[in-house]
Amino acid sequence: MELKTKINAEDGKQELTITREFDLPVELVFKAHTEPELIEQVMSNPYATAKVLKFEGKKHGSYQQQSTDSKGNVVFKANGTFHEFILNKKIIRTFEMENAPLGVQLELISFEKLTDNTSKLTTHIIYESVAVRDQVLKMPFAQGLSMAHDRMQEIMNKLK
Amino acid sequence: MNLRRDVFQAIADPTRRAILLLVASQTMTAGAIASNFNTARPTVSKHIQILTECELLHQEQSGREIYYHLNPAKMKEIAAFIEPFRKMWDDRYNKLETIMKKYTPKKNK
Repeated sequence: MELKTKINAEDGKQELTITREFDLPVELVFKAHTEPELIEQVMSNPYATAKVLKFEGKKHGSYQQQSTDSKGNVVFKANGTFHEFILNKKIIRTFEMENAPLGVQLELISFEKLTDNTSKLTTHIIYESVAVRDQVLKMPFAQGLSMAHDRMQEIMNKLK
Repeated sequence: MNLRRDVFQAIADPTRRAILLLVASQTMTAGAIASNFNTARPTVSKHIQILTECELLHQEQSGREIYYHLNPAKMKEIAAFIEPFRKMWDDRYNKLETIMKKYTPKKNK
């Protein structure tokens, strides 16, 4: 099935753009990005529970969030500052994953109304270098490989 | 200069993607490929060279001409490469859509 999300990452550039059209009014897409409770729901998965520690949705405001595994270990922690916060239109913020060698990235998020019930979200991310961007792009691929490897290891262990 | 020759870098460029699309339907000479672009011939040659070096294109000598054709095995490798990143975002946005479709605004607001 065709994925609704498109990624544009040009050669040798330290940026990428993620676009997605939603079957939702623009107001709801904006809300999902700006209400801590909803951010937590979207970011949580069967392996990790997301928690928004701080969220000041305004210019010069900042945010902090983390995810913990089932044992309560923090597996992901990130923070950043808002540089622009325009209701239902635009968010410009920095994003930094703590304890990861990926630097600070700049995110320009545009919310666009298409019809009353559909909208388009464009997330333009600029990284510190081309190398960092490429590393970020490859991460889910590497994780997928390592997860497959772990699963294989688990199966092999059971066979022992 | 030590240039990275990684398939992922290779297909990130729009001209190179266009070259791959052209060659996907038929084997072509460098000249025939270049005639499809407004870009200077040496630039196109450089792109072809990069695609060849990372094995997305295979060269085949036929008389005096060199023909290029697509290496489908390598193409599959690329699709597998960026897809997990796209899939991660797609999953996240699908979830956002599901959550927000069920969303009802709080009353005391």
